Amino acid sequence: MFAFVIQRLFQAILVMLVVAFVSFSLFQFVGDPVNNMVGQDATEEQREALRERLGLNDSIPVQFMNFVGNAAQFQFGLSYRLGVPVEDIIAQRLPATIELVLVSAIIALAVGVPMGVYTGLNRNSPISKLFLTVSLIGISLPTFLIGILLILIFGVWLSWLPTFGRGGTIDFGWWETSFLTVQGWRSLILPSITLALFQLTLIMRLVRAEMLEVLRTDYVKFARARGLSNRAINFGHALKNTLVPVITIIGLQIGSLLAFSIITETVFAWPGMGLLIIQAIQFADIPVMSSYLVLIALFFVIINLIVDLLYYVVDPRLRVERGGGGH
Amino acid sequence: MRYRLGLVAAVAAVAALTLSSAQDAQAQDKVFRYATTGDVLGLDPHSNNEGPTNTMKGNIYGMLIHRKPDLSLEPDLAVSWENVDEVTWRFALREGVTFHNGNPFTADDVVYSFQRQSQETSDMSFAIATIEEVRKVDDYTVEIVTNGPDPILLLNMPNFYIMDQEWVEENNAFEVVRGAGQTNFPNLNANGTGPFRVVEWVQDNRLVLEPFEDHWNAGNLMTNIDRAVLTPIPNDATRVAALLSGEIDMMYPVPLQDVPRLQNEANVDVLEGPELRTIFLGFDQWRDELLDMPGTGQNPFKDQRVRAAFAHAIDLQAIQRVVMRGASTPTGLMVAPGINGFVEDLNTPYEYNPEKSRELLAEAGYGDGFPVTLDCPNDRYVNDEPICNAVIPMLERVGIDVSLNAQTKSLHFNKIGRAEGNNTSFFMLGWTPGSYDSLNPLMQLMTTGAPGHGDWNSGRYDNPQVMALAEQIKTEMDPEARQAMITEAFQIHQDDVGHIPLHQQALAWGVRTDTVAEIIQRPFNDVDLRYVVMQ
Amino acid sequence: MAEMAREPSQQPTAPELTLVGKVVDGWSRFLDSDVFYSFKRSPLIIVAFAVTVLLILGAFLAPWIAPHDTTNMASLNLMDAFKPPAWSVGGDGSFLLGTDDQGRDMLSGIMFGMQASLVIGFASVALAAIVGTILGLISGYVGGRVDSVIMRVADVQLTFPAILIALLIDGIVGSVLPRNTAEELTYPVLILAIASSLWVNFARTVRGSTLVEKNREYVQAAKVIGIHPTLIMVRHVLPNVMGPVLVIATLSLALAILTEATLSFLGVGIPSSEPSLGTLIRIGQEYLFSGEWWMTIFPGIALVILVLAVNLLGDWLRDALNPKLR
Repeated sequence: MFAFVIQRLFQAILVMLVVAFVSFSLFQFVGDPVNNMVGQDATEEQREALRERLGLNDSIPVQFMNFVGNAAQFQFGLSYRLGVPVEDIIAQRLPATIELVLVSAIIALAVGVPMGVYTGLNRNSPISKLFLTVSLIGISLPTFLIGILLILIFGVWLSWLPTFGRGGTIDFGWWETSFLTVQGWRSLILPSITLALFQLTLIMRLVRAEMLEVLRTDYVKFARARGLSNRAINFGHALKNTLVPVITIIGLQIGSLLAFSIITETVFAWPGMGLLIIQAIQFADIPVMSSYLVLIALFFVIINLIVDLLYYVVDPRLRVERGGGGH
Repeated sequence: MRYRLGLVAAVAAVAALTLSSAQDAQAQDKVFRYATTGDVLGLDPHSNNEGPTNTMKGNIYGMLIHRKPDLSLEPDLAVSWENVDEVTWRFALREGVTFHNGNPFTADDVVYSFQRQSQETSDMSFAIATIEEVRKVDDYTVEIVTNGPDPILLLNMPNFYIMDQEWVEENNAFEVVRGAGQTNFPNLNANGTGPFRVVEWVQDNRLVLEPFEDHWNAGNLMTNIDRAVLTPIPNDATRVAALLSGEIDMMYPVPLQDVPRLQNEANVDVLEGPELRTIFLGFDQWRDELLDMPGTGQNPFKDQRVRAAFAHAIDLQAIQRVVMRGASTPTGLMVAPGINGFVEDLNTPYEYNPEKSRELLAEAGYGDGFPVTLDCPNDRYVNDEPICNAVIPMLERVGIDVSLNAQTKSLHFNKIGRAEGNNTSFFMLGWTPGSYDSLNPLMQLMTTGAPGHGDWNSGRYDNPQVMALAEQIKTEMDPEARQAMITEAFQIHQDDVGHIPLHQQALAWGVRTDTVAEIIQRPFNDVDLRYVVMQ
Repeated sequence: MAEMAREPSQQPTAPELTLVGKVVDGWSRFLDSDVFYSFKRSPLIIVAFAVTVLLILGAFLAPWIAPHDTTNMASLNLMDAFKPPAWSVGGDGSFLLGTDDQGRDMLSGIMFGMQASLVIGFASVALAAIVGTILGLISGYVGGRVDSVIMRVADVQLTFPAILIALLIDGIVGSVLPRNTAEELTYPVLILAIASSLWVNFARTVRGSTLVEKNREYVQAAKVIGIHPTLIMVRHVLPNVMGPVLVIATLSLALAILTEATLSFLGVGIPSSEPSLGTLIRIGQEYLFSGEWWMTIFPGIALVILVLAVNLLGDWLRDALNPKLR
């Protein structure tokens, strides 16, 4: 067990370094930030001096070493665009994104799992087919268009819900939350539905597929033979067994929720990480971009690590060899 | 289940409480909520030079001279000024002015602000580049000495922002720090003499301002607002939706296609007006071989006839009518009406005449056309990419094979700018002279080859006559002689077809008439809160 | 997932058959197969299949059957811009679905746009499938350190959302390559970017299947009689993982087309002078509030129908190829 954990940790650090390096070297090419930082009237000498001060004239290995050295101490430098430490900006934006992602994940689960169970149990019912088809239409439209259509319908035509931003927020120290006001919740509805739609469909289909698989297994057949009630079989045995892979996938999907929040936050002017990164890319704000990627990588690595450890604990076969068969 | 219900009840209770208290606080206040595409870059008046940021500075910081909505100048921290000799200006300062923190304003602050703003790291140093020295005569008199006769010194004064020496020194913030190093204190905090003070700034989220009660002119200002909240909303459709739903009182810019829709809305109005920025196309007139024609050894744009052919092929009226929906002014000059030096007689655009265009191309030996790539930003100017898209078929019809390279502004400006050695053959650019004077585009766009010249002359248009005129215009104090030289330079540039001016885009502000009583639009597309009156 | 896809048609065929014989034989086997049986039985799938074929034909025959050649920029007239669909007030008979902001016929624009979307979709999925399958095979069959490296790379890859990868690759190409090659490379860049976000699914699935196949008797037997591992993988393991690969490919196609649309919203994509379906929607959505609804709705409907049909096919294929679910 100990050796396994050490090995995984080592791999995780390696992954982080690779991500840091990749993100760092990619950002050498996103454009010269200096043009965005100075106005149209700045002289070429002023531009060059700024380049020098930002360290953009150092060799790439030197820049990378500086970056990793500082990142290890959670210092990511100052944002070129905002002029404040990146870690402060991230601390300010993270709550907005986490709350959005959390609510979306809950919506996706609360709707997706029951729909998946239903469509799995009632494979040929017309309602199941309807669910499956409608959910497909939902993911056949690009996220940005869904968001804009929702704004048009619920914000402009019906005037039911706010069209942008986080609404009423309340501070808890550095954590600014929208969970404590009605306005905050109302503001959450449209963006979180927009963000949840794709995951909802995915979870529904996953649960359905797993249900179908499990219901065919021998032990469910035995349970039926033993005369257990349908209810007990379906929920006590079948659903329970589908949940392990489902939870794993969901863990990984939280990462893609973070990624998709780029679009959702842009459409809804939601002041979170997604909006931050897209503005950083447009501005060539290198410190913010690298930190964002490193942070996302950290998320993934941690989730992967937890998933691996869970597998290790749950599935004894893996103590011999990881992978192979299963799901 | 019970647990969950309890939680819901608790949340609801807290929510109800906070909601009611928030409503109480806002009931009697006149809150002006407005939105634009992006946030200000920072509060330090000497750090950044960017449109929206500069306006915000004007709300918070005072300057010696303020520019009114009609572009004329009015006294702010200076009450009067006179020319002592050709290079010396004496300013009498206003007495009894205090900064937001209560410190008194004196001549020392002016001297100190000059020293701070003229540092190389300051992006605003261009505005006071001709000033050699600012001398304190007494507590309420300063003398400004320029390094040569400067006919447009006063025009630049609205860009010279006065900070509180004591406050800056207390916070050890003399240096204008950007990008690297430590955080720049005045970038996140503000202390000016302007009519509004900063209450809260959450970057990219909201900037909250309230009137400064002790402003020297408090009570006489047009505005009656108790609070202003600026929210950046990057997506056009969302911004329109926010205005329609009444969540904000004002927003800009209104996407042109939404103008009629908003005008038809009961409680919404659109304010339109001309902007000072001129949008134009430029060509590479420097390389011996066009980037798009490797191996041929030819650069057609070196031939004036080819440049003229391009100008005659582009139907500015069609662009104005369809792409800009009427919200632009086609132009023949590189400066807009209202800019010092503008010449009405030269403002006629090149005639739209595809036949002539084809003839000129044939004469120049390019009857069969040639390939060229049009570099275009896609998020900088009003309908920038659609304009380029509209230009392409027009040029294709006279035989030019144009492909489009539209990209985000940082990459676009990098490519056409000096960072990549003007890596372009044919490009779009827009320009507003920061000084509101024609010398600036003459220096930056229409001459090249000397320090301070041609930073954005990406096609490297170069005519020695224009260069010579620019040098004279710099120091000519006689307005009439100066105007004659500007006119001559513009005439030469126009005959050369150095660039193809397209239009001045129009400003379009969306305003809710049920909450906003009056708002005055300035031609530099920004909101000066002095001129906002709520119902 | 592991035991799926053992179709009769994938068994090695007798060597003496001629090519024509092979095709006829394969076809008759297909007609007898369970897959075809399940196809015949589902009207929805027949419709989805027909729609997909129709759309693909429409897209690729656009140069011959589209009412206007929207790729010929010189034919666009700004004065035709913003025409509503032919049946509404102010419509023009020669522009059935109206025109966009450049005077481009919407119907033709959609046909050419779908072609662009499909080219990017097919190409990126093909690239992802090839790379993913090869890496998955190697990873699963060779195992050990190689496996570990490939799977870690996959982890890193997953870290970067597709959208970010595309933005980055686009930025690099735009600034590293000499000017004007950058623009010609729009398609390759998008294909590379989208493919690089899709290959992991293929690799992981193929690896899983390979791990199972590897330990089967016939593979072990082949190994014992000294057949080269590459040959074993290609001849024996590969055919057995083709089922899941096909399923993932179909579902990925839908995803790729959507990713391209999303990227164009962020300003990275096909140049707006030759718009893809996604670019058309991106341009159109700016006119949604101002009343020119046809500029978004028609390309939107086209995209939904295409993606929906492809997804339905993918779904059906997955169930049909999974013997346990029959």
